[in-house]
Amino acid sequence: MSTFTLEIVTPERKVYAEDVNMVIVKGTEGELGILANHVPMVTPLRISSITIKKDRTEEIIAVSGGFVEVRKDKVVILAESAELPHAIDEARAQAAKKRAEQRLGGKADEYDFRRAELALQRAMNRLAVKQRG
Amino acid sequence: MAKGMREIKRQIKSKQNTKQITKAMEMVAAAKLRRSQDAALAARPYTEKIREVVASIASSGGSIKHPMLETREVKRTAYLVITSDRGLAGGYNVNVLRKVSTALREHKSANEYSIFVIGRKGRDFFNRRGIPIAEEVTGLSDSPSFSDIKSIAAAAVQGFEAGKYDELYIVYNQFHNAITQTPVLKKLLPLADLESTGSKTSYEYEPTPEDVLNVLLPKYAETVIYSAILEGKASEFGARMTAMGNATKNATKMIAGLTLTYNRARQAAITQEIAEIVGGANAQQ
Repeated sequence: MSTFTLEIVTPERKVYAEDVNMVIVKGTEGELGILANHVPMVTPLRISSITIKKDRTEEIIAVSGGFVEVRKDKVVILAESAELPHAIDEARAQAAKKRAEQRLGGKADEYDFRRAELALQRAMNRLAVKQRG
Repeated sequence: MAKGMREIKRQIKSKQNTKQITKAMEMVAAAKLRRSQDAALAARPYTEKIREVVASIASSGGSIKHPMLETREVKRTAYLVITSDRGLAGGYNVNVLRKVSTALREHKSANEYSIFVIGRKGRDFFNRRGIPIAEEVTGLSDSPSFSDIKSIAAAAVQGFEAGKYDELYIVYNQFHNAITQTPVLKKLLPLADLESTGSKTSYEYEPTPEDVLNVLLPKYAETVIYSAILEGKASEFGARMTAMGNATKNATKMIAGLTLTYNRARQAAITQEIAEIVGGANAQQ
């Protein structure tokens, strides 16, 4: 099966750089699976998990605030945060989830509401990845 | 004479203590400098990538419009000032704050600018002068993570988008090497020089180029702020290292001078004592 280079980069470091067979991401317009020789494209990503398939093994990474750039020879995912399951601090994610839920329960203006909602999404995404990983 | 000697001895002792401290600080700064340089380098691929994509969208079609790309009439200017939390870093903070002050003096009234500040030194500086601060971040770690500065960066960028001000400048110390850092005042928004460099790939954008740009431009601005902060950190340690290196050198020189004076005084005291004994012995004969 043909492969391509997948790079996942955050502002702090390069999280992942390997040859893979397929990567599945959730874009703002929907889920898409990218194989080698995909047409060049750019799309923002949702707060979600990405699945990487490589030689019959699967890896899963939690990303938030990212977008994907598909080039002829490689795929680059740029994200504000990207974590492999073992890098996720479960207790912290649980705490963040609880905090966000409390904020959503209370009265808040629209801006705070949006923020809490995003925080909740991030926390739930992390927990989901941790469980699957 | 003996009293003067004790005084000199005390001075030597105190210089030695100071030297020990400055020497330790120099070494700590050198170690941290390495780390922050690495962090600044690690952030580079991300910044460059976003820049590349943004530039390729901006140059692909002439029809794309975005508030962050448009120059509008300047009624109010915002400054994002990056300073350190601690002093003893030579001219690090002074240079940056002088740069800001010069820029602020050109405004007619305080309504024409807002200040975002990072670092205790900068905050205290503006507080003392009664200049209102829009947002501040202090107590940043030595190797700040993106999430540490996300809130202030986002606030600065959102203010521009909302039209609270029409220009955003970022003021920080540019890092050249451990010895030279230059304070710079850089215009961050509206984004101007976005000509694409290097490879030109035509992408497909999902959903549309405009929507992608809407997501990417604020991100790009935040990333630029983040890398400026990392560079500021590297500059801080570079400046502190140099300053402390100089302090150590000066202390060594002073100790040498004082030791010489001390020995001279000691010798003079001995000579005098001998002269007194000889004089006394002669008188008894």
